[in-house]
Amino acid sequence: MRRFYAILIAAALVYMLISFISTVPSYGKADLKERVSDAFLSKSVNAQNAKAWLEGKAIHRQPAKEIYGKKVKEEGSANVVTSIVVNYRSFDTLGEVTVLFTAALGVSLILGGSRRKQYGREANFVLKTSTGILVPLIIMFGAYIFVHGHLTPGGGFPGGTIIAMASLLLYLSDEKFFLSKASTGALEGSMGGTYVIIGLLGLAIGGYFLYNFLPNGVVGNLVSAGIVPLVYVAIGLKVGAELSGLVTDLHSEKEG
Amino acid sequence: MVFWISAILIGIGVYGLLTQKNLFKQLISLSIIDTAVNIFIIAVGYVDNGKAPIYSKAVPKFMEGAFVDPLPQALVLTAIVIGVGVLALGASLLVKVKEKHSSIDVENMKGVGE
Repeated sequence: MRRFYAILIAAALVYMLISFISTVPSYGKADLKERVSDAFLSKSVNAQNAKAWLEGKAIHRQPAKEIYGKKVKEEGSANVVTSIVVNYRSFDTLGEVTVLFTAALGVSLILGGSRRKQYGREANFVLKTSTGILVPLIIMFGAYIFVHGHLTPGGGFPGGTIIAMASLLLYLSDEKFFLSKASTGALEGSMGGTYVIIGLLGLAIGGYFLYNFLPNGVVGNLVSAGIVPLVYVAIGLKVGAELSGLVTDLHSEKEG
Repeated sequence: MVFWISAILIGIGVYGLLTQKNLFKQLISLSIIDTAVNIFIIAVGYVDNGKAPIYSKAVPKFMEGAFVDPLPQALVLTAIVIGVGVLALGASLLVKVKEKHSSIDVENMKGVGE
């Protein structure tokens, strides 16, 4: 009987959601001219008339223009998603990093301990040998992902997660391996601090928190986009240390 | 079409939340709803034949309709990270529940008031 009511409630909810679908533009027909995204894509947010936007009058057409390989005054990263996440809406990302930190802190308060949990089983020979070969490669790949966050898909969060997977592999292959809380905590805290310090430097130099105070360079070069690569390296190391600490908490137990 | 998939996934998640007695299955149901919402937000920004919003040698120019909407993708990046945090915190709470009440099934828990 309960399943019947559950199906009824779920079906009613699905029917309600499907009837709302007609209010959004149909799939594949999104019109970016009505959205702020056009300004983000053409890197011309500063040229917009904020008052007209607030009154809903602005429908703006951006002229086609060359961006790759050129110097763009406003913003210099080739990956537009990165330019939104780390430059235009960087304050949001600082909040996001804080949320992830809070979650990791909660896990460590609930499960954390000072000793490695012993499962009493030896890891397979194949796993042990391949871990030695794979861990450096995985860490290098993670570092590649977050260093190239402003040029290719990826960035600090995926790169950090890949690095944390290297420590998970070490935990699975070795019963005695244990990362001390001091090492992951120190890396995490210093990198989180670096992000805030970069923001405060922007406040001191440009007058806005997280202001991009370094030269933008040529779109598409590795050294470009000002503070964006620096912030993504800080986020990558911070997320890597944070999730490694989370894996450590899952594999540890309290003394006694 | 993709909108329908996300609506049906939300329905599956709600059904799981209402019927499952295993707390871990309820957590997974929440995770399914999370994924469904992410799919919906991404689908709202899709443009037919649009490329991924990254300037490269292949797509060096800004043109109308050349790229999909980057803003939903940036928002979903945030949502995915927070989803991971919620899942980890919920799973660690379940470990504690299992230790204290010897089961994560709502009906088999020991020492829980009726």
